Amino acid sequence: MGRPGLVVMDGNGCGFVGKLMRRALLIAVPYVWLLALFLIPFFIVLKISLSDVELAIPPYTPTLDLSQGWSGITDFFSQLDFENFVWLTEDDLYWKAYLSSVKIALISTVLTLLVGYPIAYGMARAPAEWRPTLMMMVILPFWTSFLIRVYAWMGILSNEGYLNQFLLWLGIISTPLTILNTNTAVYIGIVYTYLPFMILPIYSSLERMDESLIEAAEDLGCSRLKAFWLVTIPLSRPGIIAGCFLVMIPVIGEFVIPSLLGGSSTLMIGKVLWEEFFSNRDWPVASAVAVVLLLILVIPIVLFQRNQQKQTEAEQ
Amino acid sequence: MPFQSDRRTGAALNTNVFAPWEDPQAKPLIQFQNVTKRFGGFTAIDNLSLDIFEQEFFALLGPSGCGKTTMMRMLAGFEKPTEGHIMLGGQDIDPIPPNKRAVNMMFQSYALFPHLSIWENIAFGLRRDNMPKRYLEDRVEEMLRLTRLEQFARRKPHQISGGQRQRVALARSLAKAPKLLLLDEPLGALDKKLRQDTQFELMDIQEKTGTTFVIVTHDQEEAMTVASRVAVMDQGKLMQVSTPDRIYENPNSVYVADFIGDVNIIEGRATANGDEVYQIDWAEGQSPLTATSSTEFSNGQSCHLAIRPEKVTISADRPADAINAVQGKVLDIAYLGNLSTYYVELPNGTIIKAQSANTRRISRRSFTWEDPVWLSWTATAAVLLAN
Repeated sequence: MGRPGLVVMDGNGCGFVGKLMRRALLIAVPYVWLLALFLIPFFIVLKISLSDVELAIPPYTPTLDLSQGWSGITDFFSQLDFENFVWLTEDDLYWKAYLSSVKIALISTVLTLLVGYPIAYGMARAPAEWRPTLMMMVILPFWTSFLIRVYAWMGILSNEGYLNQFLLWLGIISTPLTILNTNTAVYIGIVYTYLPFMILPIYSSLERMDESLIEAAEDLGCSRLKAFWLVTIPLSRPGIIAGCFLVMIPVIGEFVIPSLLGGSSTLMIGKVLWEEFFSNRDWPVASAVAVVLLLILVIPIVLFQRNQQKQTEAEQ
Repeated sequence: MPFQSDRRTGAALNTNVFAPWEDPQAKPLIQFQNVTKRFGGFTAIDNLSLDIFEQEFFALLGPSGCGKTTMMRMLAGFEKPTEGHIMLGGQDIDPIPPNKRAVNMMFQSYALFPHLSIWENIAFGLRRDNMPKRYLEDRVEEMLRLTRLEQFARRKPHQISGGQRQRVALARSLAKAPKLLLLDEPLGALDKKLRQDTQFELMDIQEKTGTTFVIVTHDQEEAMTVASRVAVMDQGKLMQVSTPDRIYENPNSVYVADFIGDVNIIEGRATANGDEVYQIDWAEGQSPLTATSSTEFSNGQSCHLAIRPEKVTISADRPADAINAVQGKVLDIAYLGNLSTYYVELPNGTIIKAQSANTRRISRRSFTWEDPVWLSWTATAAVLLAN
């Protein structure tokens, strides 16, 4: 007794080293996952972005030829250059597209927040037995294809669509409104699609809130509205921040919604990226666009992570 | 009771005892006038009338679901009476919303704002009144001093202990100098030792500030310790409203006697035997018991005799001069350190609890399990109750 090392040895035969190995293996799984599915693809894209376009398969050069040994590797690296990134700064299409994407993402995030917060608030204040049902209704759209739902909006928003027919029938308008293929349609599509990502984190922060905090605020002299502003909003802030990032980050790179609902004037980097890859077949420039997009997204992603971390710390 | 506050008897007013409830001229601060509160089909408060006076420390005591929290929420303004009125300082406060009442509440969960520092929590109510900055700072500092929280002012609520949180909640609710402070189970979340210390702290602060306190609790010891008067509630009705010692010594019903402290209840039939003296026939083959009572009992009326265990003397031999003495054998002994409670079984199966102080070493105790013993008490020790 009193010698734990011996006990471990007797217990499982492989002892301390085996224990360490098992632990390392367990930790390794997520890292291998990240490496295989995120880092390696990223380095492939990064490599392509440093290549030159070529009419070949694959449509870029140089390719790594290991059969020539060391000189093959040095040749490969000497042919890489940054001209695609320089090109991005020379043609104003790209920075306009980036800027426009960020603008659309910011506006649609604010719109989603304005629509989502009251819904989340209503859900959190609903009788407890209703909440699972309401939650189900928010999640339900995920059960059908995202693409089909966006197509459905084309049917609703087009000149002969349900919305125009309805408004004409009501007599509010005399000529159909042009909504489809404008930025308005893009905003509608984004708000609709990303609404659950906004509602769920806000709902979870509101639901956990102690009801007596509002009563305490009223007791200390706040009106209902003031109590909402001074207590409810600050306490749901982590949810608001999480929801905003969850909407904004994917919307910046959004491709399907602007290409289906937006018009020729809707400039978003996701669409540019797609066209570079599949219409222009300029893989190196497209890859450069993708790398820059990722760099832009790193900032909000880091901020989001920090918010989440602060929240978990506060809960402890 | 281990904690009996006797500071009320003589200290509050220079010469007189602080007892405005006995003065017919005194104007109550709070009046419940035939208040009824229903939630759907459930009657939480049933046609209840009650006066609470200024500077009182008033305790609402009862089991959960007796309506004590509803009373408090009506005072705070979170609930409105279905019938009747609540007056505060002569004014009907029913239509006044919680944020306009000169009443503050200390919540059971403390309800401290987690996103604000201790300092900001205390300042919260003062800021709503647009108090000038200098006065506000002075007031917050004063509250921090009162509750001994000076060094925690910059911390957030989750960075301090439960006892400190309790004090912050108290400081925050006192900051606006309310006419009436409501305390909803203020010590419920604290452990026993801290609770006892905090009880005295509460009494101290109440006396210093002169605020009227209404406390809701299910802990009878807590109510007895802190309160000047206690209201025992059951099912939306007041069972008895009186000072802690009267509630304990002169309960008006078996319910109150049983709810407050430990008690032996003996059922029997009363027969008058002289002036305010009654004989109680309680069991076949047992000599009748004698008890005094100022309440009138008719001959043969069924009654309950309530005797506190500490008023029952236990001895190995029959005491010579005892008016009431019964014999039994020791069934069980609960050793509490300073006290022991003896469970004595009488020949007819009744179990009587007797409590005595352990003034001698336990090894020198003259009786133990299964020993025959005598229980005795005086004629005035027991309370004779009709129901």
